[in-house]
Amino acid sequence: MSQTATMAGSAPATSGEVVEARGPRPKPFFTPRKIVIYSVLFFFSLYYLFPLYVMVVTSLKTMPEIRFGNIFALPQAPNFDAWVKAWSSACTGLNCQGLSPGFWNSVKITIPSTIVSIFIAAVNGYALINWRFKGSEIFFAILIFGSFIPYQVMLYPLVMITREMKIFGTLQAVILIHTVFGMPILTLLFRNYFASLPQELFKAARVDGAGFWRIFFEIMLPMSLPIFVVALILQITGIWNDFLFGVVFAGTQNAPMTVQLNNIVNSAQGTPEYNVNMAATVLTGLVPLAVYFISGKWFVRGIAAGAVKG
Amino acid sequence: MADTAAPMEAGIETVDRPGLLQRLFFHNLPAKIAALPMVATVLVVFVGCTIWTVYYSFTNSKLLPTGKFVGFDQYERLFATSRWNVSVWNLVLYGSMSLVFTLVIGFLLAVLIDQKIRFESAFRTIMLYPFALSFIVTGLVWQWIMNPTLGLQGTLRNLGWTNFSFDWIANPRMVLFAMLIAGLWHGTGFCMVLMLAGLRGVDDEVWKAARVDGIPTWRTYISIVIPMMRGVLITAIVILGSGVVRLYDLVVALTNGGPGISSEVPAKYVFNYMFSGGNIGQGLAAATMMLLTVLIIMVPWAYLEFGGKGKRT
Repeated sequence: MSQTATMAGSAPATSGEVVEARGPRPKPFFTPRKIVIYSVLFFFSLYYLFPLYVMVVTSLKTMPEIRFGNIFALPQAPNFDAWVKAWSSACTGLNCQGLSPGFWNSVKITIPSTIVSIFIAAVNGYALINWRFKGSEIFFAILIFGSFIPYQVMLYPLVMITREMKIFGTLQAVILIHTVFGMPILTLLFRNYFASLPQELFKAARVDGAGFWRIFFEIMLPMSLPIFVVALILQITGIWNDFLFGVVFAGTQNAPMTVQLNNIVNSAQGTPEYNVNMAATVLTGLVPLAVYFISGKWFVRGIAAGAVKG
Repeated sequence: MADTAAPMEAGIETVDRPGLLQRLFFHNLPAKIAALPMVATVLVVFVGCTIWTVYYSFTNSKLLPTGKFVGFDQYERLFATSRWNVSVWNLVLYGSMSLVFTLVIGFLLAVLIDQKIRFESAFRTIMLYPFALSFIVTGLVWQWIMNPTLGLQGTLRNLGWTNFSFDWIANPRMVLFAMLIAGLWHGTGFCMVLMLAGLRGVDDEVWKAARVDGIPTWRTYISIVIPMMRGVLITAIVILGSGVVRLYDLVVALTNGGPGISSEVPAKYVFNYMFSGGNIGQGLAAATMMLLTVLIIMVPWAYLEFGGKGKRT
C-alpha cells in the first residue's frame, strides 16, 4: 500500500504534461505488484469476455466449419446466414418463424410493463414520503420483505387470480405480474429519492394550495429525471431478461424472446445447428447489452441503488 | 425526518376531531387512493398468496386446488422423493459454493480495481456486462462452450491435448461445477460493484492511520476494512442468498436438470409439479419449503437490521 500512497501523491503530475522534477521519484510502471494486479485482472477479463467471443464467432461460422471442432477459430468466411435463420426461420417445435415473434412479444411486454410499474412505484414513493398515512410504513416494510419471497411461492395463486380476471395467457397478465414484482425495488428507489429532496419545496406547494396530484406532476416529476433513468434501466433489462413469468403467464402466442430462445435451442429436433443457436442467443442478448453499454455508469448506479434495499 | 408536517395539515382542514372511521378512510384520501396498488400488492400477493400456498400445501390437491386437508402427507412424500432430496442437496452445495466464491471473487476484484489502476472503467465494464444478460443467454452460451465434442474439450483435444477433459456438463458428479462456472460468470461482476462501493465508502483517514501504524495492507483489509464493510457484506449475502434459492432459469437453459436428475433444483421441482406434473399439493409443499429456506436466511438478518430499536431506514 505504501506504493499506492506515493502513486497517489504523484498522480497529478502523471496525468498532465511533464513538469519540473519534484516530489518523490516516480515509480516505474511495471513494478512486480502492478504486474500481479494487471495479470489477475487480465485473466478474469478473459473469463468474462470468452463467452461473448465464442458466441459471436460461432454465429458467423457455417456448420461444417463448426463440426471441424475449433471453438477458438475465427470464421473463415464470416456470414450472417445463421443470424437470418435465427431471426426468421428457426424452429421452435412446430412453428418455424424464428425469434422475430418473440422479439416483438418482448417489446410488447417490456414497454407497457416498464411504464406502468415505474409510474405506480413513483406515486408510491411520493405518497410514502410526503403523504404518510397510518400503516403506510408497515405496508412498505412488508413490500420490501415480500420481495425476498421466492416467486414460486406466489405463482400458483397468481395463476388462479389472473384466470379469474380472465387475463391469464395474455399480455395484460404479464404486465400485471411485472408491475407487482417490480414494485418493491422501484418503490424503494423512488422513496429514497424523494426523501432526499428538500421538504420545503413540498411544504411551499402545500401552502400555495396544490393537491396530491398537482404537486406530484408539477413539482416532483420534473425533479426526478435521474431516478427515472435508473428505474428505466433496471426495468428494461429486468423485464427483457425475464423467463419465468413469460413462460407461466404470457401464453404460447405471446411468449417473450427468452422463452423462444430456450425453445429453439433446447427443444429443437434433429441435429442441432450451433451457429443458429448462438446467433439467436446473441440476438436475445442484444437489447440488454445495448442498454448496458449506452447507459454506462447509470447501470452501475441502478445496481447500487437496488442493492441498498432493506 | 420522522415528522412530516403534511398529513397533519391535511387533517386540520376537516371539521373538529373527525371520528376514527372517518380519519381512517378520508383523511389524506388522494394518497390512500394512490397507494391502493401497493396495498393490494402487499395484501393480495405477498401476504394473501403466500398464506394460500402454505394452507393448500396441507391438502391432497391434484389437478385443481380443491383437495381435502391431509396434514403433513405432502411433506412426507416430498422428502421421500429422491428428486426432491437431490434438488435440496444441489441447492445446498451449489448455493454455498456460489455464495462463497461470488463473495471472494467479487471482493478480490474490487480490491484490485481499487488500487488506482489504469483502464479501471474498461475492466469494470468487462466484468459487469454478463450481469446485464439473462440467465437463459448465460446458460445457453456456457452449454455450447462446455459441449463435450465441439466445445472447449473437443477443441483442445483437436489441438493436440488428447487427454484434456472438461465434460462437467455431462458428468453427474461435476455438473454442479459447470453450473458454478456459468453462475459466477453472471454474478461476480455484480458482487464486485457492491464491494467496490463498500471499499470506496471506507474513509481515507482509516487507511492513513493504518499506514502510520505500519499495519500491512492485507492486515488492514482483513481486520479493519472488512469489518467496516459489514453493511455491504450483509446486503450482498442477503441478495445473493435469496437469488440462489430462486435459481431456475440458469438450470433450465444450461442442463435442464440433467444428466438424469443430477442438477435439479427446488424451484424447478415446484414448477414441474405445479404446471406439468399435475400434482399441485406436492408443488405447493415444495414451494413452502422454499419459503422456509428464505425465512431462515431473512429472519436473522431482519432481526439484526430492524430488531431492537424498531425501524431504521
